[in-house]
Amino acid sequence: MSRLIMTRRGLLKAGAASGVALAAPMSFVRGAYAEDFCNMPTGSTVTLGFNVPQSGAYADEGADELRAYQLAVKHLNGEGDGGMLGTFSSKALKGNGILGKKVAYVTGDTQTKSDAARASAKRMIEKDGAIMITGGSSSGVAVAVQGLCQETGVIFMAGLTHSNDTTGKDKKRYGFRHFFNAYQSGLALGPILGEQFGADRRAYHLTADYTWGWTQEESIKNATEGLGWETVNAVRTPLGAGDFSQYLTPVLNSGADVLILNHYGKDMVNSLTQAVQFGMRAKQVNGKNFEIVVPLFSRLMAQGAGENIKGILGTTNWNWSLEDDASKAFVKSFGQEYGFPPSQAAHTCYVQTLLYADACERAGTFSPPQVIAALEGFEFDGMGNGKTLYRAEDHQCMKDVLVVRGNENPTSQFDLLDVVKIVPRDQVTYDPAIFGGDLGPADAKSC
Amino acid sequence: MPILHLLLEHSVDNGALRNMDAIFLQFLNGLDKGGAYALIALGLTLVFGTLGVVNFAHGALFMLGAFCAVTFNKLLSLELVVLDETKTTAWGTALEVRTAYIENWFGDFGTTILDYSVPISIIVAIPVMLLIGIAMERGLIKYFYKRPHADQILVTFGMAIVIQEIIKHYFGANPIPQSAPDIVSGSANIGLWLGLGDNVVYPWWRLVYFAFSAFIIAAVFAFLQFTTYGMVVRAGMRDSETVGLLGINIEKRFTVVFGLAAVVAGLAGVMYTPILPPDYHMGMDFLVLSFVVVVVGGMGSLPGAVLAGFMLGILQSFASMNEITSLFPGIDQIIIYLVAVVILLTMPRGLLGREGVMEE
Repeated sequence: MSRLIMTRRGLLKAGAASGVALAAPMSFVRGAYAEDFCNMPTGSTVTLGFNVPQSGAYADEGADELRAYQLAVKHLNGEGDGGMLGTFSSKALKGNGILGKKVAYVTGDTQTKSDAARASAKRMIEKDGAIMITGGSSSGVAVAVQGLCQETGVIFMAGLTHSNDTTGKDKKRYGFRHFFNAYQSGLALGPILGEQFGADRRAYHLTADYTWGWTQEESIKNATEGLGWETVNAVRTPLGAGDFSQYLTPVLNSGADVLILNHYGKDMVNSLTQAVQFGMRAKQVNGKNFEIVVPLFSRLMAQGAGENIKGILGTTNWNWSLEDDASKAFVKSFGQEYGFPPSQAAHTCYVQTLLYADACERAGTFSPPQVIAALEGFEFDGMGNGKTLYRAEDHQCMKDVLVVRGNENPTSQFDLLDVVKIVPRDQVTYDPAIFGGDLGPADAKSC
Repeated sequence: MPILHLLLEHSVDNGALRNMDAIFLQFLNGLDKGGAYALIALGLTLVFGTLGVVNFAHGALFMLGAFCAVTFNKLLSLELVVLDETKTTAWGTALEVRTAYIENWFGDFGTTILDYSVPISIIVAIPVMLLIGIAMERGLIKYFYKRPHADQILVTFGMAIVIQEIIKHYFGANPIPQSAPDIVSGSANIGLWLGLGDNVVYPWWRLVYFAFSAFIIAAVFAFLQFTTYGMVVRAGMRDSETVGLLGINIEKRFTVVFGLAAVVAGLAGVMYTPILPPDYHMGMDFLVLSFVVVVVGGMGSLPGAVLAGFMLGILQSFASMNEITSLFPGIDQIIIYLVAVVILLTMPRGLLGREGVMEE
């Protein structure tokens, strides 16, 4: 049987050894103590995460978004002609990166699927150390990624998302949307529809059966019924139906004289093309010309619809043909880099990157709570949409909305949309309380 | 023709389904959709009946046919680009003035050729699809004859994805619109012809498509029924071993049949382009439905595939009528599968399936 004999020297040795052992894990995770928010940049660079559809139905839109992000990074780092840095009303950005750190980026593929988009955003946050996530071309994706960003404490600057829910019932403190929404499309388009087609109309809606479609149908219905129009029917169509003939033929003898297509992307190209083939543009009903309206469309979609888009009314966030200095500077910069003009998706993504960088500069830190505070209620100009407010209550940008018409006589392959009216911001501003939702806390989180 | 009106009126109770014009239009929609399903299913059944291969790349062949039309149109519309130095683009470079070579060379005749690019591309698609089919069979599928059906499905599905991605790489992900010739780009006032209402109009091109699919189906049946080559193929489908013992190289003939199936799918794709602007994914959208058509029709039965194609197309159209969906929401999405379940429960071999096929 042995006895434990503790000498003074032995005690000291054991004490020192225990001290080292206890301190060792702390030395490995010391960054965790110094870092008070997720992915604080410690080196000479700051990493942004560009989460865009690189495969799937919106891959072309995603490619254009990525081009815009790469251009924004160039401009932030002081390369190229600076684009809209020269026209932006805030002069905090100096072309030396963000807060003196060179801007680097990583990319992810959303595949236009919520789960894939969340997984790629998570990877960029956890593995690549992205301090901000931005991008996307669908509202389902935006809502999903925004939720993840709120949980992880990383700011999300949404790309192309038009559903009311993104800054409505699903709004988040860490999520910001520059793009307009379906409700604003209704507010902007309603009066123009009244002017062009009169107050005595009967509308038939075909609606993509998911969050964006429902909110757009509701918004446009409210706007047109406010004009005195009657809604004959609103039919939900499955996403990606391809052949819409069985949904279009009932329109012919429904007594409707306006067809409203709440479709986007491929669905819109198909339903519009087929509606035209069914003679709907040449038809007379109730003694009036039958009309087709596409509340949201983009130049890339107009390209897909070809001849059929000519004369069709809709709304868009921005178009390259705008004549203000900011739009001209952006189109010049983008056109010289890539040889063709940017899409509205590219524009909103470029602007979102600059707005985030500017907010960091004005806040003097990358710490999300301060950056959020710098973005909330921020008034700016010189980004292509006139005077714009990043509304604090719902993180929705309030700015002018464009009502456009498919160009009857295009002068080039890109000249597809005619701006009918720039609807001023006041007319598309609404009470944020109507959609409910809760922004949630702005507390910084470590990840 | 008021008789038709009368017939239709008596065929349905008064009440929810009052609108005869709508029913008639949905019937036409069904024929049209059914035409596409039948053409794809016909090719699938031909391949399955001859080679015993479940070809999941068949939808990709339909898509490749559509892209034959796109490529042909792109070639015809190759443009001469002249820089107009007097005008600049919004980004400061000289404006490009583009004119199609074919219009430069042939004037109005060139414009007419461009206008008819979809029908003309049939001539191009036939040899191209035949070659693609034969290359696919000789290059890959022949190595999987003796393998289980699961392996065949995996390899052909993989091939479909590869073909899709290649197309996406070169043509992008967005749909590329193709227009029907001007003369058939509007809609026909069928209502006037048949004594129905003014609202019964139907796109000319869809009528052309229906006629075209009927013609192709008839041609395939005639080929199999009335030619010696077809007779040997049919004999091979029944008992390839005995046909082989008679000194006929049945494998070679089956390769040609695979090519023929590819041509049928390709032609269906070419003619579908004015209806649905093609994109890389269009084949997959049709594939699953076409398999259901084959199974409902009876594995290996050519008349079964055609019958089931038209039947399911028509049912799908009727199920999406507002009167039906208001009673059974979402029925338009599941009707085909519902009918497939009922038919397979009551007739396990499908509508016209033969004994012994896929039953070993």
